[in-house]
Amino acid sequence: MSSKYLELTQEIRRQARELLASGEVAAFLGFTAGSLSMTTRPFVARTPEDAEKLVWNSFCVVNLANYLPALLKSLEPPRGPKDPPPTGPLPKVGVLATGCWSRNMVVQAQENQVDRSRLVILGVPSRGMVDRKNVVAALKGKEVLDVVEDDHVLRVKGKWGEEEISRWSVVRDNCQSCTHPNPVIYDRMLDTPSERASQAPFAQIEAIEAMSANERWQWFTQEFSSCIRCYACRNACPLCYCTTCFVDDNRPQWVGKTLKNPDVLTFHILRAFHCAGRCTDCGACESVCPMGIKVRLLTKKLSKDVLTLFGVEAGMDITIPAPFTTYAPSDQNPFECDTCSSTNKKE
Amino acid sequence: MKTQIDRNQLVQWLQHTLDGFELFYPMKDAQTGVVHLRNAKDTAIDADSVLKPVPGVPKTSIKTFFMPQPEVIARFSVNSKDAQAFVLRALDAQSPRRVLLNIRPCDARSVALNAKPYADDPYFQGLMARTVIIGRTCTETCATCFCERVGGSPQGTEGMDVVLREVEDGFSLKALTQKGAAFLKETGCDMQGLELSQISGDGRPELPKIAMEMREKDLLELYNAPFWPQVAEPCINCGACTFLCPTCYCFDIQDEVLGTKGVRLRYWDSCMFPLFTLHASGHNPRGQKVQRVRNRFMHKFKYFPDRFGPVSCVGCGRCVKDCPVNIDIREVISLMQAV
Amino acid sequence: MCNQKNPYLPYSVIIDDIVVETEDKSLKTFKLVIEDEGAREAWNHNPGQFAMLSVPGKGESAIGIASSPTEKGYLLFTVSRIGSLTTALHQLPKGARIGVRGPLGNGFPLASDFKGKNIVIIAGGYAFTTLRATIIYLLAHRQDYGKITLIYGARTPGMLLYRDELKAWQESGLVDCHITVDREASGWKGIVGFVPAVTEKVAPSPENSVALVCGPPIMIKFTMPSLEKTGWKDDQIYLSLENRMKCGLGVCGHCNVGPVYVCKDGPVFTREQVKRLPVEF
Repeated sequence: MSSKYLELTQEIRRQARELLASGEVAAFLGFTAGSLSMTTRPFVARTPEDAEKLVWNSFCVVNLANYLPALLKSLEPPRGPKDPPPTGPLPKVGVLATGCWSRNMVVQAQENQVDRSRLVILGVPSRGMVDRKNVVAALKGKEVLDVVEDDHVLRVKGKWGEEEISRWSVVRDNCQSCTHPNPVIYDRMLDTPSERASQAPFAQIEAIEAMSANERWQWFTQEFSSCIRCYACRNACPLCYCTTCFVDDNRPQWVGKTLKNPDVLTFHILRAFHCAGRCTDCGACESVCPMGIKVRLLTKKLSKDVLTLFGVEAGMDITIPAPFTTYAPSDQNPFECDTCSSTNKKE
Repeated sequence: MKTQIDRNQLVQWLQHTLDGFELFYPMKDAQTGVVHLRNAKDTAIDADSVLKPVPGVPKTSIKTFFMPQPEVIARFSVNSKDAQAFVLRALDAQSPRRVLLNIRPCDARSVALNAKPYADDPYFQGLMARTVIIGRTCTETCATCFCERVGGSPQGTEGMDVVLREVEDGFSLKALTQKGAAFLKETGCDMQGLELSQISGDGRPELPKIAMEMREKDLLELYNAPFWPQVAEPCINCGACTFLCPTCYCFDIQDEVLGTKGVRLRYWDSCMFPLFTLHASGHNPRGQKVQRVRNRFMHKFKYFPDRFGPVSCVGCGRCVKDCPVNIDIREVISLMQAV
Repeated sequence: MCNQKNPYLPYSVIIDDIVVETEDKSLKTFKLVIEDEGAREAWNHNPGQFAMLSVPGKGESAIGIASSPTEKGYLLFTVSRIGSLTTALHQLPKGARIGVRGPLGNGFPLASDFKGKNIVIIAGGYAFTTLRATIIYLLAHRQDYGKITLIYGARTPGMLLYRDELKAWQESGLVDCHITVDREASGWKGIVGFVPAVTEKVAPSPENSVALVCGPPIMIKFTMPSLEKTGWKDDQIYLSLENRMKCGLGVCGHCNVGPVYVCKDGPVFTREQVKRLPVEF
């Protein structure tokens, strides 16, 4: 492991151990080593000894914020649906947060999914995470048995021999286009803040926007054609917490269940719209997709639109409500549509 | 029936089968390095992929060919003026005949395992009858392979109709079932003087060790084992494991109507989803994540063997490879074996 | 199993009659006639079995068969309006064409294990439907069985199913009826109280007897101690389980309770069998 990640792993273990031993937190949410190369497993440490199992490396691609609501709830005293909410302080959870994950925690606090005061956030500036699918592609499908991380190079080993890959070349698209690698909220910071910021955060989107409508449709249908409707993208997303997702509802049934184009595309486009103004481009959806679909390009496009139209990036400030969760009767903006030029001006 | 042909003949012969069959075989995507089952109709037959398939299994399993996603199981009219309105009718059209080439022992075996619960299913059986599996045994395994642990073998031929093997100066084709023999004959690949050497399929192999072991275990003791919450903790309850798994065979049935024409469809469902067991009343017998995760493993390694004999896992390693949170079924097997 | 070659294709049936059973109109009994004469005559089932009712375009739903096989030429299904399919069904008029796929499941072992025994039927709410089928069957073969006792409760008098038949059974003396409602109600002269309490009071003897218990989970839970007190053994008590079902053939995987499929191995299980299963129903 790179010296950077080795140091951070040691520091995470030390701090988690201390938090658990002192009783400040009842559980610590991080990652443990996976059973395969290039994998990590989300892990909840509950004892100081558990903390020794925590790791930190380039393959921590799952967004930990996703686990917080259920984990926090599991630590509350059990109660029936009609019982009053518990009073007094509730057990806390320690959690690691990069820039995007911390922004998701902000969104969760804004949307009343997570009580910020119950979190002890250990901030980790992100160096960008690696998508193992990128490594597989770079090796043209050769099986990887082991990866040793240097600071800027991955030394990849297999039955076929050994190869060095530039780390940055396999870092995820969302991390390459990231402008906020540092946590926006935290209780302790584990490293010096990163200074990296993409100069072209929306380059991928601009390329698609430059296409003709036909080409875009082609791209869209082709990109999503391999979807198997496993919903890993939805389930890995901390924004997707509806008790009943629209795809699961059958009264009325909003969308069909098949792998046919209309059903698949409807699911993805509607899911993306549900994330508009809330998505932090953490890239978990894309990282967990078993089929390698570039799922996050839809949400990224909406992030771009929200930034253009409202000047807002999701989860940057806990005191500012998200653009689509607010409405004032005094809103003076007209409802305009650029493409059809229809205007519905308020009287 | 045993046939030996050289490399060129093999590709020529496959080209020739396209007259009567759709041909699918694993092929590596140049850009992503990922292997998919490709229809030979879409691209010219790629000799390299056919002759030297990469080790391991394609991304998605061959269950798609026996449980299409979705599958139309009946048609009906909703036009009340129609005398036969609202009468569900079987399909008129038959699916094309298919050849699945270079199928690994694990995937071939999955078809034989799925055929147990689907023994009386007219759709599955119909597709089985019209599909020829040409298997390719493994000379190399992957880090995620564990077929031997669940009763399979890299050299296994269960579920194959024909086995294709590389020999010194070319390839040998051996029919393992009547269907396989008929196919070789029909496509002009039977050589004079070579008799049907071995027809397998009727012989019941002894139950694998793991199946015997699991069958002997107490159901409720396994069910109530203390490790389930820990196994389930990282799970995000997506269906990647079940949909990529060759032996996960659960489905849902739903009607779709467009205009006056309706179809009844069945499509893959997953016991990982809360909706799977939700009653109309709102009650859910497996409302908790841990219950659903447990059900998947209990079904594969206890419920299925209790009912049908073998475990419902072929060790292809797809779920290990593609689980977003690295839940490794091999670790779960070890935990269950230790109970 | 269906009588047809393809077990996924329902018989076409015509809704011959619709009876609104309860005061809140949430339960209707549909009288269905299979269109194909051969299939209609060949139809046979066991009380306790169910069928998939099919409203083409809306889907299918598993519903217990409320008629007895001794009632020839038609089938009865009492349907509670609760999900999407049953709501669609409730909106259909007389004469509409729907589908029936079945009979499915095992049903009660009336023609085998139950012969010569006293039969105690304990029911709550709309789970009474397949037990109505059972009583009609028992009365048609009255000489084959001992005493028939019925303990049946509903929330209010207006929520009792098959009220005319209940009255007839009571008056004929062929069935020892204990009909109860949860609370006092104007005009109600019968028993008041929950099914478990009534069961305890009636205290049916377990000797050479079987008990068929169907109702909401809470009723079943509290009825069991009442039976245990009078010495009932688990293998004498028959329960009918419910789970979400799709295929009805033990394939699709939805209704499994551990290794058994409610649709194929059940829905009828003895309490002894149920106790060996995970509580996933």
